[in-house]
Amino acid sequence: MSAGQLPRWVDFGLIPALNLIAAFFVSGLVVLLIGENPLEAVEILLWGSLGYGEGIGFTLFNATSFIFTGLAVAVAFHAGLFNIGGEGQAYVGGLGVAFACLALDRYVPWWVTLPFAVAGGALFGAAWALIPAWLQATRGSHIVITTIMFNFIGAALMGYLLVDVIAKPGSMQPETRTFEDGGRLPLLDNLIPGDFFGTSQVNLSLVIALICCFLVWALIWRTRLGYEIRTFGANPTAAVYAGISPVRITIVTMLISGAMAGLMAINEIMGAQHRLLIEFVAGYGFVGIAVALMGRAHPVGIVLAAILFGMLYQGGAELSFEKPAITRDMIIVIQGLVILFAGALEYMFRPALVQLFSFAGAPAGQAD
Amino acid sequence: MFETYLHTMILILDSTVRLSTPLLLACLAGLYSERSGIVDIGLEGKMLGAAFGAGAVGYMTGNAWLGLLAGIGVSIFLALLHGFASITNRGNQIVSGVAINFLAAGLTALLGQSWFRQGGRTPPLPKEGRFQDIELPFAEQVETVPVIGPIYSELLSGHNILVYLAFAAVPLTWWILFRTRFGLRLRAVGENPAAVDTAGISVVWLRYRAVIACGILCGVAGSYLSIAQSSGFIKDMTAGRGFIALAALIFAKWKPGNAMLACLLFGFLDAVAIRLQGQEIPGIGDVPVQFFQALPYILTVILLAGFIGKAIPPKASGVPYLKERT
Repeated sequence: MSAGQLPRWVDFGLIPALNLIAAFFVSGLVVLLIGENPLEAVEILLWGSLGYGEGIGFTLFNATSFIFTGLAVAVAFHAGLFNIGGEGQAYVGGLGVAFACLALDRYVPWWVTLPFAVAGGALFGAAWALIPAWLQATRGSHIVITTIMFNFIGAALMGYLLVDVIAKPGSMQPETRTFEDGGRLPLLDNLIPGDFFGTSQVNLSLVIALICCFLVWALIWRTRLGYEIRTFGANPTAAVYAGISPVRITIVTMLISGAMAGLMAINEIMGAQHRLLIEFVAGYGFVGIAVALMGRAHPVGIVLAAILFGMLYQGGAELSFEKPAITRDMIIVIQGLVILFAGALEYMFRPALVQLFSFAGAPAGQAD
Repeated sequence: MFETYLHTMILILDSTVRLSTPLLLACLAGLYSERSGIVDIGLEGKMLGAAFGAGAVGYMTGNAWLGLLAGIGVSIFLALLHGFASITNRGNQIVSGVAINFLAAGLTALLGQSWFRQGGRTPPLPKEGRFQDIELPFAEQVETVPVIGPIYSELLSGHNILVYLAFAAVPLTWWILFRTRFGLRLRAVGENPAAVDTAGISVVWLRYRAVIACGILCGVAGSYLSIAQSSGFIKDMTAGRGFIALAALIFAKWKPGNAMLACLLFGFLDAVAIRLQGQEIPGIGDVPVQFFQALPYILTVILLAGFIGKAIPPKASGVPYLKERT
């Protein structure tokens, strides 16, 4: 075994697990620091997120949004691009979804509105990724910086629109009017018999999210475009020699990425809130980075990571209800730690493991 | 007419100076880090952590200097975390920055609520826990002198010590970067770490010193917010200033003098936006306040697009350095 080589199950299973354990261990220390019992906190968190139907419903509702923003980051990852602008793209995507719903909700049933809302969210989200993509592709300005800038520009634009332009007439709230039934996705609870999911907001978007997972998988690993994206991501110089246009790949990939982020608004706006409101993205775009990192940019991994973060959100809400000392900010701390250990400190345990495995594998190596 | 015009102008410039100060400190902080090749989008988190540390200690001890020290301490700790991830572990620097922003946002609110039980803010600081405004000598005497008088006594005098410190840090940073051996090496390690390594200088130690310098300045920037500009920490009080500082750094093309001008410009935009809130600009009409909020970012994007000069980052920025094994 050469230096640095590890079995696949270690790279894709053990290392992420160790990173996660480290993140949760430090989270436990933080809980201790504010004078609460970490084990009790874990118990409440697990029960709150998985212990009963309604909790599971909320977990899945959160997971739906994370799948979209996670896919957005992952698609760009494959082309070697770091799209940190999911937050802004989802926010502006909300505008597209809201336009479709506001225009159609009074005239047609939801299943007629849905394709327009999906198109609107994807289109607006993609549009918000277009300028950073174009600048990266043709002017060489770094996509990380431009997408950060576009998050803030998007926030300002949406703030202006919601306060001054499209707010419900006569209302001081920065939000549109509430959609009628034609602009509301059915809740899963209403689609399946029984009352399993209770009052939770998990809705048809979950199905759309899973379809998107499949489409992304098919795109990246089963199409010519996906091959080009991966080639460009692995080695941009070689890709150019293979006749792949960097400008085209950068822009197309970022448009897909932005569209995925924009679709997150389907879940929040059309699925749950039924109106466009200020700052509805609330960090989901940024957490998409963690979801994509943990999920190793693969749709299956992303679904698992999204469920984990969905559990954190729902369980954390339950936790802050049961233990007022552990406010909802604890979720942000845990997310920060997960991003730190699973992302930035990804390779911290690797040298030790390489040593361990080369030591274990040494006798076999000497035999030949 | 001229008198009132001058007075309004001085008032706007005065608040420009106050609003620019935290941007300038954070921008210079980022300058050290990025010049050494470590991209830092965690300026925001470090400032927020420092603001909380300074606010909490300033409240508990009633001593502004101890507050500042605590703020710097928190910020250096976060900077070292960033260093550990991106220098020692060669992790992704963007991801590490995002993690630090999350950690700071979560921990300050969580600990703030747990310790002070006021919704994540610290209680108002006692007078001694804050940095007070300083009257420059003769400010009162020259006040009546036309034009120069008000400029000296209102615009230049009457700020707290951190403001003067921030502006003094500009020539100091220039001198360190361009006139000292450390500065030369720091710039070299951001352009070509392999060459620095070949010269027998430790890339790792140089970069760690750069992130520590970044931590110190971010610490002052955050402390300024909680114990100089306002009297106490408020949840999420940095409100994106770390990112504006990052924009300013790019806008300044990673140069100290330009950094000051960029921060003054962005501070001026902020001051004008506050001043104009709800007022009409003659000839243009009502400009939404969000436009001014977005303007620093829009300007930076235009700059990045290469329409006003070209911003070229240090060549090795964001690339972890791996010493080749023999």
